[in-house]
Amino acid sequence: MNNKNGFEIPDFTRSPAVDKVGVEERVSRFQKRSIKNESKMQGLRMALNMIDLTTLEGKDTPGKVRQMCYKAQHLHDVYSGLPTVAAVCVYPSMVKIAKQEVKGSGVKVASVSTAFPSGQAPLDVKIMDTKFAVDQGADEIDMVISRGRFLSADYNFVFDEIATIKEVCGKARLKVILETGELVTLDNVRRASDIAMYAGADFIKTSTGKIQPAATMQVTYTMLEAIRDFMNATGKQIGMKPAGGISNSKLALHNLVMVNETLGSKWLTNEWFRFGASSLANDVLMQIMKAETGVYQSSDYFAID
Amino acid sequence: MERVEVLKTYKVYIGGKFPRTESGRYYIPENGKGEPLGNICSCSRKDVRNAVVAARKAQGGWAGRAAFNRGQVMYRIAEMLEDRKAQFIDEISFQGASKKKAEDEVNTAIDRLIYYAGWCDKYTQVLGSVNPVASSHFNFSVHEATGVVGVFADESTSLIGLVSMIAPVIAGGNTCVVIASESLPLSAITFAEVLATSDVPGGVINILTGSMTEMSKPLSTHMDVNAIAYSGKDVDVLRDLEENSVLNLKRVRSYSKDWLKSGSQDLYMISDFQEVKTTWHPIENIGGANSTY
Repeated sequence: MNNKNGFEIPDFTRSPAVDKVGVEERVSRFQKRSIKNESKMQGLRMALNMIDLTTLEGKDTPGKVRQMCYKAQHLHDVYSGLPTVAAVCVYPSMVKIAKQEVKGSGVKVASVSTAFPSGQAPLDVKIMDTKFAVDQGADEIDMVISRGRFLSADYNFVFDEIATIKEVCGKARLKVILETGELVTLDNVRRASDIAMYAGADFIKTSTGKIQPAATMQVTYTMLEAIRDFMNATGKQIGMKPAGGISNSKLALHNLVMVNETLGSKWLTNEWFRFGASSLANDVLMQIMKAETGVYQSSDYFAID
Repeated sequence: MERVEVLKTYKVYIGGKFPRTESGRYYIPENGKGEPLGNICSCSRKDVRNAVVAARKAQGGWAGRAAFNRGQVMYRIAEMLEDRKAQFIDEISFQGASKKKAEDEVNTAIDRLIYYAGWCDKYTQVLGSVNPVASSHFNFSVHEATGVVGVFADESTSLIGLVSMIAPVIAGGNTCVVIASESLPLSAITFAEVLATSDVPGGVINILTGSMTEMSKPLSTHMDVNAIAYSGKDVDVLRDLEENSVLNLKRVRSYSKDWLKSGSQDLYMISDFQEVKTTWHPIENIGGANSTY
């Protein structure tokens, strides 16, 4: 079976099995790299520039979104020359406000959709949800897959749903959230990654941030390997976004090392790699200021996002 | 067959846990007779950093507890210390003090904890005030915890100096990172074991061992530390602490007291680590009376 992209759709029941012990071993190696001084600073700046600053709460207000959008463009004005974050990530109802606030800054607006976070809604509702976000001006759409269907092995349903949403997205880039915390095994993570990529995802993303565990390095590594294999099979580059649980600089640097050693430096830009996080930015800023001033920092001196 | 004695590993106390130092280093202090006291963790600036993070995390919860409950917890520390008195006496005499002096030191430490436990739900009443103002406001001042306090414990004693500095700091709702006596570190760590079994929430008291010279800079320059308490007479050390503290305007308080004397404890050691909050509450000018309040 060929799809319109011109590559063959494999049988997803035969996605490669993941060697869990091997993954854990490999991941522990990434955590032992010594990154010092200049490379560390460069890594931290890179991490800042890859953040999708996120607020996805029922209690979000226009004021909260405006404040976050300001933070996205002015991370820490006391220290000049810092990059902005890559994007802000909000609910569809907040897209319009976010879009106005980040205008002209290069910061993208990402919107979650398809009945985020559970995805438990009929397809036409998901289509409307996505269409609304795109019409409001979202540059990127973060959709969730139907985990229940996936776990009952209804892979065609999951595939078709992603393909449909991809069409609705138009020019907006589509990130597909697998919610790995609900997929239970790494084999499932691998299979879901394959389905998402073949169905037209531009990015695959680990989690909604609402379920624990979220972006563990094991899960991210499994998805990176899927991206690598997909690239080899089809020549198409797919982005990666670990989200949830990456709250400190050290973890962010470990992730960058992992991306570089699994996929190569071609992925080390915010076009192809993102961190979905809200508290990571301040920790990275505190590390940068620690390196600048030589003294340990306090969150009292950094803006709340 | 003769039994091989199992020696105790003295580790540090951070966030309610007993990790080894992040640096992996240790030192071996000796007593007067040249006997080694043990392999003691030689903490680094990264341990200081971790301890401050733990102290900050615990601060809101500790200050937010009912004052009476803080008193109960401190009383519990004293109870547990009383229970392990013999061990402390042995340890202090092993580090060089006479049996009599060691016993005196442990007793004083227990009494000191009780003294400050009693103050927990009383110091705000005694220190606070209602202030006379010219406008129709009810104006009052209350004391609130300063935050995270870096404590440099007395070098010449093992237990009493440490306890005398920690007790008023935590009685007032602060949390602390304590650098124990470098040459007499044993009781500091054993005291941490007492704390761990006394309902003190993890992170309220963190105890590090090692070189004071090495740890003083990262602790006193740390932007998330709000005050420094120093026990000792070294003016050079004190000058450095004060200079470093300018960065984020830390309170610095120094003491050169004989901690074994009962006069070394007072209410003002609590107020040394308190901020005063004054509130102007609008009121009606009752009955047109010229109230001074």
